[in-house]
Amino acid sequence: MRPWLEKQLHLIDFTLVSLARRKTKNVGLLLAYTLIVFVLASLSLFTHALRSEASYVLAGSPEVILQRMVAGRHDLIPAGYLERIGRIRGVQKKEGRLWGYYYDPVVNANYTFMARPASEVADGTIMVGSALARERGLAPGNTISFRSYAGKLFGFTVAAVLSPDSELLSADLVLLSESDFRRFFEYPEGHYTDIALSVANPQEVRTVAAKLSAALPDSRPILREEVLRTYQSLFDWREGIVLTVLAGAILAFAILAWEKASGLSAEERREIGILKAIGWETSDVIRMKVWEGLIISLTAFLLGGIAAYVQVFHFGAAVFAPVLKGWSVLYPRFTLVPAVDGLQIATLFFFTVVPYTAAVLVPIWRAAITDPDAVMRA
Amino acid sequence: MLFQPAIIALLLAAGLAVLMLAGAAPFAVQVIRHWDIGSGSERQLALERRTYLFSTLLAFVLVAQLAALLLFVFNADRLAAMFVGAMCAVGTLNVNAWGFPSLLMQIAVFFLAAMWLALNHVDTLARDYPMVRVKYALLLLLLPVLAVNFWVELQYFLGLKANVITSCCGSLFSGEGKTIAAEASGMEPQPALVLFYAGLALAIGAALWHWRRASRLSGYATLVASAAGFVASIVGVLSFVSLYIYEHPHHHCPFCILKPEYDYQGYALYVPLFLATAAGLGAGAMQPFARIASLRAVLPRVSARLAGLAAAGYTVFAALATWFVLHSNLILIEH
Repeated sequence: MRPWLEKQLHLIDFTLVSLARRKTKNVGLLLAYTLIVFVLASLSLFTHALRSEASYVLAGSPEVILQRMVAGRHDLIPAGYLERIGRIRGVQKKEGRLWGYYYDPVVNANYTFMARPASEVADGTIMVGSALARERGLAPGNTISFRSYAGKLFGFTVAAVLSPDSELLSADLVLLSESDFRRFFEYPEGHYTDIALSVANPQEVRTVAAKLSAALPDSRPILREEVLRTYQSLFDWREGIVLTVLAGAILAFAILAWEKASGLSAEERREIGILKAIGWETSDVIRMKVWEGLIISLTAFLLGGIAAYVQVFHFGAAVFAPVLKGWSVLYPRFTLVPAVDGLQIATLFFFTVVPYTAAVLVPIWRAAITDPDAVMRA
Repeated sequence: MLFQPAIIALLLAAGLAVLMLAGAAPFAVQVIRHWDIGSGSERQLALERRTYLFSTLLAFVLVAQLAALLLFVFNADRLAAMFVGAMCAVGTLNVNAWGFPSLLMQIAVFFLAAMWLALNHVDTLARDYPMVRVKYALLLLLLPVLAVNFWVELQYFLGLKANVITSCCGSLFSGEGKTIAAEASGMEPQPALVLFYAGLALAIGAALWHWRRASRLSGYATLVASAAGFVASIVGVLSFVSLYIYEHPHHHCPFCILKPEYDYQGYALYVPLFLATAAGLGAGAMQPFARIASLRAVLPRVSARLAGLAAAGYTVFAALATWFVLHSNLILIEH
């Protein structure tokens, strides 16, 4: 083992020195390589962070949401539905929820209005999300009036601005009391927007859903796990699409690597010729070149990966955010929780190192079979 | 489901492998027909030069396949969130009929690639490349295997349809998701325990024997014992090692141990196991060529080293498995 290891060490040593001798060429390649790793790594780090953000957010949402459908459209839950569900084994809590959207022409944005019990929000007061507060310049104690869909003006006192920590969920949220909600939207008494059910055992969720749709055939139960799955595959899909778009860039990079590797300078050619004349074998030259490729690959991978990490988690992923996040007028500001995942790194490795290596193999071989006499005579 | 980055990467690697091997096939035919190390003709020189290219190319392709196996399992485990009833890789692989064949193909490619790489390594050590013809003939045999692997993998990934909400109906849509029996049924723990340790002892013993005294007989013994040791190990993992890790008497899954909940203990088990088996198979696969004059000195040295690696890998695997079992709070077998 020792002589083998020593041989590789000397080869690496030699390769490093020879890389340093052709600085400009190699630095150019390294930059391009780092850039491509950076772009791809930002993409995968950012989508992974969004995915985990979605699962954190959904962890607190109810397991089952029941909506009523009329002619295939979402409709209000009429009075008595909550009772008709009755007692389903495994359901810990069921409550009718009241929420709706309100379009505010002042900032051209949609707010989500949601009713809370009077114990949390008193009549005549509201709590607002921090993005909304920012946009309308609200602080606790201010008054704000909204013109309802019926044309009447309602004034509310801002009791509190919701904590920015929950901004991903509460950016556009307005919490008000149930009676205010019903008056503001002229919501029919006893009706609800939908029903939320908490189920303690995750394995019972599907059974509960089946019982619900049997008891209320005109309703559709939406499971939290399904929403989560939808988010996961949505982000995967977006990542895949961007990746496919970037395939052109990967290809261009592979072509660049091919060019760089095959465009041997006369000096390099002479160097290989001399090496072979003093006893190096073709396989030794190939080995040296493979080490060269590995050193460049790993350096670029490390640099690009670190740069991407800093970009995504410290600078908010300015490069890809518009494509991957989606958009809205009242877009929540949120910081991503740093998360790095082995699968992502492995995938990234396949996307960068494999095409690079595939592209440089033939040029490496071309260089390695150079005949010493042909070079030295030239 | 094709727009999943890891899936794209896997298909990329498998497709690239098939393309490169297909590109090498005409050359392989040329080598088989015209190779003559004694000749100094132009064609022979060209062939000799090209063998460098294709050996390097194939080494790259096959090493990529070794990594692809890891990525495949990793990815299958991760995709479980997308399917109703799937808790780990078993669920994902069961989503359609191509899942398990695809995994088995990937494992087969892994071991075949390892054996080919071992042969290739020995061959380059000899002055006259005595195994060139055999190598390239084997390559032609490897090509259909890789092609089938790619095709099965493609079928599997094309058939993956995530159970995602469509806008028209909620859970009714995914309601008929079959509950997957994630329990790959194992043996009773006691006979499995005997089989496991007997198989591993056999594998370690044969490998050590070959390591100390490299002969053809001990080489073949290593080959057979490695294969047997691999099967015994997988049976052991299925029927008792995983149970001890989960501390649950009925959870037989060989994939859940790869999950972060169990501290990725599975990787610590599988990586040495697969390496050891690959080394053992490689040591055995080169034995038919031990009588070739130019290999007589080199080959036993290489195969003994591989056998040593195999013995070390199996020992690490056995030690880790034993440690997991002893440290577990589960009692499967009462004294």
